[in-house]
Amino acid sequence: MSDAASPMLEIRHISKRFGELSAVNNVSLTINKGEIFALLGGSGCGKTTLLRMMSGFETPSEGSLLIDGEDVSKVPPYQRPVNMMFQSYALFPHLTVAQNVAFGLKQDKLSKAQVQAQVDAMLKLVHMTDYAKRKPNQLSGGQRQRVALARSLAKQPKVLLLDEPMAALDKKLRSQMQLELVDIVESVGVTCVMVTHDQEEAMTMANRVGVMHEGEIMQVGSPSEIYEFPNSRHTAEFIGSVNIFSTKVLHVGAEASQMSCADMACRLTVEGGVNALEGAQLEVAIRPEKITMARTRPEQEDNWVQGKIHDIAYLGGHSVYHIKLPSGMIVMVTTTNINRHAQRLTWEDDVYLYWSAASAVVLYQ
Amino acid sequence: MQTGRLSNWSKSFLSLGFLFLYAPMVILVILSFNESRLVTVWAGFSTKWYGELLRDPQMLGAAWISLKIAFLSASAAVVLGTMAAIVMVRMGHFRGKTAFASMITAPLVMPEVIIGLSLLLLFVSMGQTLGWPGERGIITIWIAHVTFCTAFVTVVVASRLQEMDQSIEEAAQDLGAPPWKVFFLVTLPIIAPALISGWLLAFTLSLDDLVIASFVSGPGSTTLPMAVFSSVRLGVSPKINALATLIIVTVTMAVFVAWWIAQRSLKQTTHISK
Ligand SMILES: Nc1ncnc2c1ncn2[C@@H]1O[C@H](COP(=O)(O)OP(=O)(O)OP(=O)(O)O)[C@@H](O)[C@H]1O
Ligand SMILES: [Mg+2]
Repeated sequence: MSDAASPMLEIRHISKRFGELSAVNNVSLTINKGEIFALLGGSGCGKTTLLRMMSGFETPSEGSLLIDGEDVSKVPPYQRPVNMMFQSYALFPHLTVAQNVAFGLKQDKLSKAQVQAQVDAMLKLVHMTDYAKRKPNQLSGGQRQRVALARSLAKQPKVLLLDEPMAALDKKLRSQMQLELVDIVESVGVTCVMVTHDQEEAMTMANRVGVMHEGEIMQVGSPSEIYEFPNSRHTAEFIGSVNIFSTKVLHVGAEASQMSCADMACRLTVEGGVNALEGAQLEVAIRPEKITMARTRPEQEDNWVQGKIHDIAYLGGHSVYHIKLPSGMIVMVTTTNINRHAQRLTWEDDVYLYWSAASAVVLYQ
Repeated sequence: MQTGRLSNWSKSFLSLGFLFLYAPMVILVILSFNESRLVTVWAGFSTKWYGELLRDPQMLGAAWISLKIAFLSASAAVVLGTMAAIVMVRMGHFRGKTAFASMITAPLVMPEVIIGLSLLLLFVSMGQTLGWPGERGIITIWIAHVTFCTAFVTVVVASRLQEMDQSIEEAAQDLGAPPWKVFFLVTLPIIAPALISGWLLAFTLSLDDLVIASFVSGPGSTTLPMAVFSSVRLGVSPKINALATLIIVTVTMAVFVAWWIAQRSLKQTTHISK
C-alpha cells in the first residue's frame, strides 16, 4: 500500500562525530514515499555524512534510522534496500555498461533471463540501449551519469540516494539533466534523497528541501516555503539574495506589528503578530524583487526608504540596483527589464524604495 | 637562438647518458657472437657459444634453479605484498600503522649484505633451536627472496590502490556485494595490472640477486648469478656473454610487458579525471 503521506525514511535524533568534530548534530527528518527530498547546504555542513549514514557507510554516533518502518541502523550497506549514485559515478571501469547495470542484480539470486530483462529495461529508461557494450571510459560525462542512474535504479531500491548528482557536468548539460533525472525518478516512483550545495538545483528538482548548516537542519519545507518564508538569517541568505534590516519591536498586533529601524526614516510594518516582546531586537528580511523603486515618495506611511543609486548590474532579463541609504546601508532591488527604455534611472539618482507589509519576513534565529 | 643551443646541449647529455648506460650491454651482446675464445678479440660471427652454453649442465642446472626460485618468490611476494598494501591503504588508521608501513618497505633501502647476513643468522639459529631448516638450500633462498620482493610488490600495489577511486568499491557494496566479493569482483580486476607488473618486478629481482642468495644458499642450490660469478673468477668465457645476452633479452621483455600493461590500464582508468 503506498499512501502518499506515509513515511519511507525516518531519521531519529541522529548525530555523527569524527573525534572532536560534530559533523551531524541531532538531526531528525521524515521523508515520505515517492518524494524527492534535497539536502541543501554549504561546503562541510555534513550533507554527505548524513547521506552516507543513510547508505550505511558511516555508523551514527547516536540516533536511529528507519527505512519503511524497519530499523536499519546496524544493517551493513550491502544489505540495505537503498542504492546510491555517487558523485564521481563510481562506474566499474573494467565492466561494460550492461555489466555495470547488471552488477547489483547478479548479487541477488536472479536467473540470467531476469537479469537481462531488467538490464534492458533500465538502459531503455535512461536511453542508453545503444551503448550497452561500451566501457565507461568510452562515454561522455552525461552518458556516464545515465549509466550510474540506471545502475542504482536496477535493484528497485526503496530509497535512491544522489550525492551531488550534477557536480561532474558542465552548466548547460546540468539544467537539461536536472529535468530529465526528475522525470526518470518520478516515472519509477522511487523515494529519492539528494545532496546538493546548489540552491537552484534543489529548487528545480525537489518536492521538499532541508537546509543544513553546521551539522543541523535549519528548515524543512517546499522550495517556495523556504524561499518566501525563511525562518533564519542563514536560510534567507543562503537561498537567493536578501536585504536584512535590524529592528526593534514597537508594537505587536494581531493584524500587523510595527518596528523601528535605525536605517529607516519611517516605521517598518509586518503582517500579523510577531513572536517577540515589545522592545526586543528582531531581524526582518525583504527580498530584492519585492521592493519597488520610484522617483517620487510613495503614498504609504510605512515601509519605505530613500537613497541614492550606488551601483547597477544589468543582467539581461533583470537588473540589480544597489541603493545606498543615508545610514550607509546598501539595499538591493531587482527590476525586470520589460521595456528597453524604461525608467532610465542611473547612477547617483535619488530614489524611493517601498514594499508591502506582506513582503517582509521576520527572522527569529 | 638560446633555447636551440640549450636543447642541443641537453640532447648531447642525454646521448652521453644513454651511451654510458647501454654501451656495455651492446658490446656484451656483440661479443657473445664472437668466434674467438678470447673475449676481447673479434674473430668473426658465430653462434657456437650459445650451443656450448646449452651443453653445459652446470649452467643449465643453475638457470633452472634460479627460474624456479624466481617464479615461486614472485608468486608468494604478490600474495603477501597485495595483502600488506590493502592493510596499509584501505584499513583506515590503527595503532602501529606507521611502524608497519615503514617496516614492510624497509628492505627497499636496507643494504643487501645486511639482509643476507641477518637472514643467515636467523636460519642458523632456527636450525639449532627448532631443527628447521636443517640445511640451507632452495627453500631458504626462496624465503629470503620473498621477504625483499614483498617490499617491492607492496609499494607497486599500494600506489595503485591509492590511485583507485574508493567509491568504486563502495558502489559495489552498495549494490549488494559483501566485502570479500567486492575484493574479488572489483578491487582485484582493477589492480590486476599492478599485480602483474609487481610480479614481473619481483621475478627479475629474484633472478638477478647474488648477494642475498650467496648468504643463505647451501650445497646443491647454486643460482645462476652465483654460477656466473664463480665462473667469471676463473676468467670470462664467451659462454657467459651468451648467457648474459639471453638474460638481457628476458628482462627487457619482462619490462616491456609490464610497461605495456601499465599503459593499457592507464587508458582504462583515466576517465575518472576527465
Ligand atoms: N571520515 C571523516 N573523518 C573526519 N572528518 C570527517 C570525515 N568525513 C567528513 N568529515 C568532516 O565532517 C564535516 C562534514 O563533512 P561532509 O563531507 O558531510 O560535508 P558536506 O556537507 O558534504 O560538504 P561538501 O559540500 O564540501 O561535500 C567536515 O568538516 C568534514 O571535514
Ligand atoms: Mg559532500
